[in-house]
Amino acid sequence: MAKLPESASQTAGPYVHIGCVPEFAGLERGYQSQLGTSLRADLTGDPITVRGRIIDGMGDPVLDGLVEIWQPDGAGTFHKNGKGFGRAPSDAETGEFVIETVMPGAVIDQNGTLQSPHLALWIVARGINVGLHTRAYFAENVADDDPILSMIEPTRRTTLIAQKGSNGYQLDIHLQGENETVFFDV
Amino acid sequence: MSKLTDIAPRDFSLHPPRIALDYRSSLSRGPIHKPIVFATTMTEATGPTFGHDVLGPNDHDLLINHAVAGGLVIGPRIMVHGVLRDGDGRPVPNALIEVWQANAGGRYRHKKDAYLAPLDPNFGGCGRVITSEDGSYSFRTVQPGAYPWPNGGNDWRPAHIHFSVFGMAFSQRLITQMYFEGDPHIALCPIAQSIPDAAAIDRLTARLDMDATVPMDIRAFRFDIVLRGRGATLFENQLEGT
Ligand SMILES: [Fe+3]
Repeated sequence: MAKLPESASQTAGPYVHIGCVPEFAGLERGYQSQLGTSLRADLTGDPITVRGRIIDGMGDPVLDGLVEIWQPDGAGTFHKNGKGFGRAPSDAETGEFVIETVMPGAVIDQNGTLQSPHLALWIVARGINVGLHTRAYFAENVADDDPILSMIEPTRRTTLIAQKGSNGYQLDIHLQGENETVFFDV
Repeated sequence: MSKLTDIAPRDFSLHPPRIALDYRSSLSRGPIHKPIVFATTMTEATGPTFGHDVLGPNDHDLLINHAVAGGLVIGPRIMVHGVLRDGDGRPVPNALIEVWQANAGGRYRHKKDAYLAPLDPNFGGCGRVITSEDGSYSFRTVQPGAYPWPNGGNDWRPAHIHFSVFGMAFSQRLITQMYFEGDPHIALCPIAQSIPDAAAIDRLTARLDMDATVPMDIRAFRFDIVLRGRGATLFENQLEGT
């Protein structure tokens, strides 16, 4: 087949919420259903909540961001038809995003490798020129020999690991700075 | 999931750098560290797909999907259409495309957009479609206006429509912008010009399509989109056989 050059990415700009989460953006005559709002309803597994903020290089929270989530169910199975897809917009005042979902199961890859439970995350906002792929792992569910975490130097690995607190799991995403999150080219 | 699809590496020469000096927002929001590369796993090779049943009857028609009954949107009526393919040239069927844009005056329906141009009571500014079996899509809207934005100088965005595109795999996820043929602002725009390859910018520029234009009704613009293809290391028969 002919090789075609892929279309260039462009920033989602400050109003990505209009296009991807219009109800959240306040469009009163919107769609019959806003996508990415039913992770917990669509997947079997133990309910969990992950909260965080996207932090820029100045230390300020990103108020116009959107986190997309792709994950398997509690047994580690990926589904079709949008089940396992979520969207968590940054709050316009605080920057906090909230992911209400279920604990994903470990994933057995085609070659038999076992990946520790994780959420795939994709981050877009004004100022992000190409959407950023990263992951969220869970502190008590990380295997020592996880194939992806093992590739990352230990001091940076922690940027991918959500910590359990009184209010659910917490994971901030740092676009720059001392604690810059590990992003993937996948 | 039945089979795993390997995804071709992204060609970064066709994309903006994470930090583009003339686009000021990227200075503090573009990561500094090099991204970690690893072979496609099940997580990135799979991705959400959506059935046509998620769409409402007017989701693809921004000329009426926010209008009060009988209300008309202000501005030039346009239809945008094209084909979604992957880097191997295959049409991508049943893929969700979401669009959002400013109105004909250059104003977004968003509480943080305070530009002088008025809101249009009949225009919301978002729509969505799912590609057909042949990868084609189309939607109707109004031609958006250029608008000024704070970037340190006298910066105006070219008229554009934002596109969010899903493929078959989460790693194919793409957000981009569509520009209009002949717009002098494209050459002046720090966001469009953050793309280092002139031909890649040109491919984001929709062409007037008189063949699809409906006489006395609506002008058509053609905009084709290409997502990342499959890697060269995995052959078709390996996919089917295992
Ligand atoms: Fe815009």
